[in-house]
Amino acid sequence: MAERYVMSIDQGTNSTRCILFDLRGRLVSVAQKEHKQHFPRPGWVEHDAVEIWQNLRRVVPEALSDAGVDHGQVAAVGLANQRETTVLWDRRTGAPLGRAIVWQDTRTAPLVEELRERPGEEFFLERCALPPSTYFSALRIRWLFDHVKGIEQRAKDGEVLFGTMESWLIWNLTGGADGGLHITDATNASRTMLMNIRTLTWDEELLAFFGVPRSMLPEIRSSAETYGDARALLPGVSITAALGDQQAALFGQTCFSPGEAKCTYGTGSFLLLNTGLDLVRSRHGLLTTVAYQIGDQAPVYALEGSIAVTGALVQWFRDRLGLISSAPEIETLARTVEDNGGCYIVPAFSGLFAPRWRSDARGVIVGLTSYITKGHLARAVLEATGWQTREVVDAMNADSSVPLQQLKVDGGMTADNLLMQFVADVLDVPVVRPMVAETVSLGAAYAAGLAAGYWPGLEVLRRNWHRAAQWMPAMDPARREAEYENWQRAVERSLGWVGPPRAP
Amino acid sequence: MAGPVQSIERAAAILRLLAGGPRRLGLGEVAASLGLAKGTAHGILRTLQHVDFVEQDAETGKYQLGAALLHLGTSYLDVNELRSRSLNWADALAARSGEAVRLGTPLEGQVLIVHHVFRPDDTFQTLDVGSLLPLHASSLGKVLLAFGTADPDPEPGLAAYTRHTLIDPERLARALTEVREVGWAAEIQEMSMGEAGLAAPIRGHGGLVVGAIGLSGPVERICDSQGRPRPQLISLIREAARAISRDLGAARW
Repeated sequence: MAERYVMSIDQGTNSTRCILFDLRGRLVSVAQKEHKQHFPRPGWVEHDAVEIWQNLRRVVPEALSDAGVDHGQVAAVGLANQRETTVLWDRRTGAPLGRAIVWQDTRTAPLVEELRERPGEEFFLERCALPPSTYFSALRIRWLFDHVKGIEQRAKDGEVLFGTMESWLIWNLTGGADGGLHITDATNASRTMLMNIRTLTWDEELLAFFGVPRSMLPEIRSSAETYGDARALLPGVSITAALGDQQAALFGQTCFSPGEAKCTYGTGSFLLLNTGLDLVRSRHGLLTTVAYQIGDQAPVYALEGSIAVTGALVQWFRDRLGLISSAPEIETLARTVEDNGGCYIVPAFSGLFAPRWRSDARGVIVGLTSYITKGHLARAVLEATGWQTREVVDAMNADSSVPLQQLKVDGGMTADNLLMQFVADVLDVPVVRPMVAETVSLGAAYAAGLAAGYWPGLEVLRRNWHRAAQWMPAMDPARREAEYENWQRAVERSLGWVGPPRAP
Repeated sequence: MAGPVQSIERAAAILRLLAGGPRRLGLGEVAASLGLAKGTAHGILRTLQHVDFVEQDAETGKYQLGAALLHLGTSYLDVNELRSRSLNWADALAARSGEAVRLGTPLEGQVLIVHHVFRPDDTFQTLDVGSLLPLHASSLGKVLLAFGTADPDPEPGLAAYTRHTLIDPERLARALTEVREVGWAAEIQEMSMGEAGLAAPIRGHGGLVVGAIGLSGPVERICDSQGRPRPQLISLIREAARAISRDLGAARW
C-alpha cells in the first residue's frame, strides 16, 4: 500500500505554505507562495483574501507533485493561520467585501481607547479574557460596520459572513457558496473578543456590545475533529484540524503538559505556556487564550506573552541602518566584541507589548560613549530579544504555579547561536531547539493526524520530538542580575516618550 | 586548446572601466565606452550583478563595482548566513540518517564547525559550534581540501590521531583526488577509533565550494559489515548538500 501523509496548510502573514509530513513527523515536501502586503494608509495593513485562496490553489498541487504523492495518499489536512486577520465576504457570491484587515493593522486604536474608558477592561476580561487591543477581530468588524456603508445592514440581513483565514479557506475548500462549511476552531475564536473563554461559545453580551449579528459568525468547533471533506483542490480528503499559528507551534513543540512553554522567534516573538485545564487570569500583563481542544475533550488553556519587536530589530539594523547586509550577519558583527560595552537598545518602536503594555514608550539606545562600536550595537540588538523574553518569562512564573524548567524555541532566529546562548543565560534555564523547525505546520499536521487516527495519541507525537540543539545557561548570576538591572533602567527611559493626544 | 572566452574578456573590461573612475556609469556609457551593443553590455552587467561583482543604484539605474570584489580574498559567505540557510536541510539530514550532523568551513588550516545538529536520540549532547577539527583527519576537512576551499597547514606535518590517519602526503593527495571524483569524502577511524564520518561539498554561485556538510557516528552505523560507507547515508548527505547549494545559488548541483 502506498505511504500516507498528513498535509499541513500554514496561512501566514507573509505567505501561504503547504507541507507534507510522514508518519514520523518528518518533512516530506514544502511549497510556498508569498502574497502582497497592502499598506493603504499609515498603520493600515491589508491582504487580498482571493489572492491567498489562489495561492493555496497553487501550493497544494505543488507540494503533492514535489513529493510524487497523489491526493488519495493524504490521510488528512490541517490548517494553521495568522490569527485575528479579519475577512468579510458575501455568502452568495463568495466575494470578499474589501480586503482582509491584518492583525498588525492599528486603525482601531481610537476605539480601543474608548473601550478602555467605557465599559472598561473588566467587562471584556470577565467574558473573553482579552483586554481591548487593536489585535482582535471584533473591533475590526465594528470598524467596518461604522466606516463602510451598507455592510452592517447587509450583515443584519444575513448576507455577510465573517471569518479569520482558516474559516475563509475551509469555506472555499468545502464548496464555497455551494454549501461550504462556515466554521472556526476554539483557538482562533478565542482571539476575536467575541467568544466566552469558559463556554467556548459566542458570548451574547459581547455580540450585543459590538453589534455583531450571530448569523455572520462561523460555528465554533474543536481544534481537532473531522470537520468535513474537501470538495475543491483535494476532493474527498478530510479536513480535521485548525489552530491559530502560535497555538499550532505550541502543539508542534509537543508542549502538552502544564508548565511546558515555547517561544517562536520571528519578526516579533510569541511565548506560550501551557496551563492545562486551568484558566489562569494573568495579573502580570499576559493574555489568557485557548491552547487547543481535541475533539470533545476539555479545552487546554495557555498564557501568552507577545513581544512586538525582536527579529524586526535585526531587520531595522540591516535595512534602515545598513550596518549588515543579511540578518544572520548580526551574529558575526556581535562576535567582533566581547560584550555590549554598556550599551542597551529598547526597541519600543510602537510601544512595549507584554508584560508592560505601554503604548507611550518609544525606542531608545542608551549608554552611548565614544567607546561604542557597531559591534556593541549588534550585541545590544540581540540582547534586547533576550531581555524581552526574560520579562515575559518572569511574568509567567509569577502567574503560574510551576516555574519554567526549560524553553523550547523555534523560528528563524534560532539559527543565531549567540542569541540562543544569551536567552539561556538570562533565563537561567536550558533552551532547546527541536529537529523540525517548522513547528507551526507540524502542529497543524499533528492535530489533523490525531483526529484522523493517523497517529494514535499524544505520546507517539512526543516521541517524534527530538532535540536538535541545546544551550545551557552559563552566565555568572551576579552579572545576570546587574545586566538585568541595566536593562530595566534602559526600559524606564523608553517610557512616556509619546504624550497623550492634545485635546482639540 | 581553446582561445580566450570573449564574454569573460568583455566582463573584465567592464570591471576595469567601472574601477577606473569615481563615478557610477549608466548602461549606455558602458556600452559606448567599450564599443559593445547595449544588449551585450546589459547581459554581462546583469551576470556581474548576479555574482555581486557589480551593484546597480536603485534610483539612477547606474552601475558601480560591488562590495564582493573587495572581499575576493576572504570567504565571501558569512558563516552565520551559511548556518541560517542550511538549518532546515541539516535538520532533515539528522532526522533521516539518525546521526549527528555538522557543517564546516575552513579557518586557519583547520575546520571550523559552524553548525551542529544533535543525533536524534535525545541523549545528552553538547553543541560544538566554534570548535575545530583537523583538515586531513575529518571528512569535512577532506572535502574542503579536495575542492580547494582550504589549504593544508604545511608547518607541523600531518598529525596522526589513530593508526588509520592519513599522514603520508601522497596517500592524502590520492584520497583527495578520489573525493573530487566521487563527490563525497569518508573518514573511517582516522580521528578516533570506533568513529567514522561522511561529508559532501556545499556550493555557492558558480559551483564554488563554500563549506561541507557531514554526519558522523560509531563506525558500525556509518559503515556496512565490510567496512564500507553505507550508500544510503551517502545519498542522504549528497541530497542535503545539493539542496543547500541550490538555496545558495549554485545552479547545477
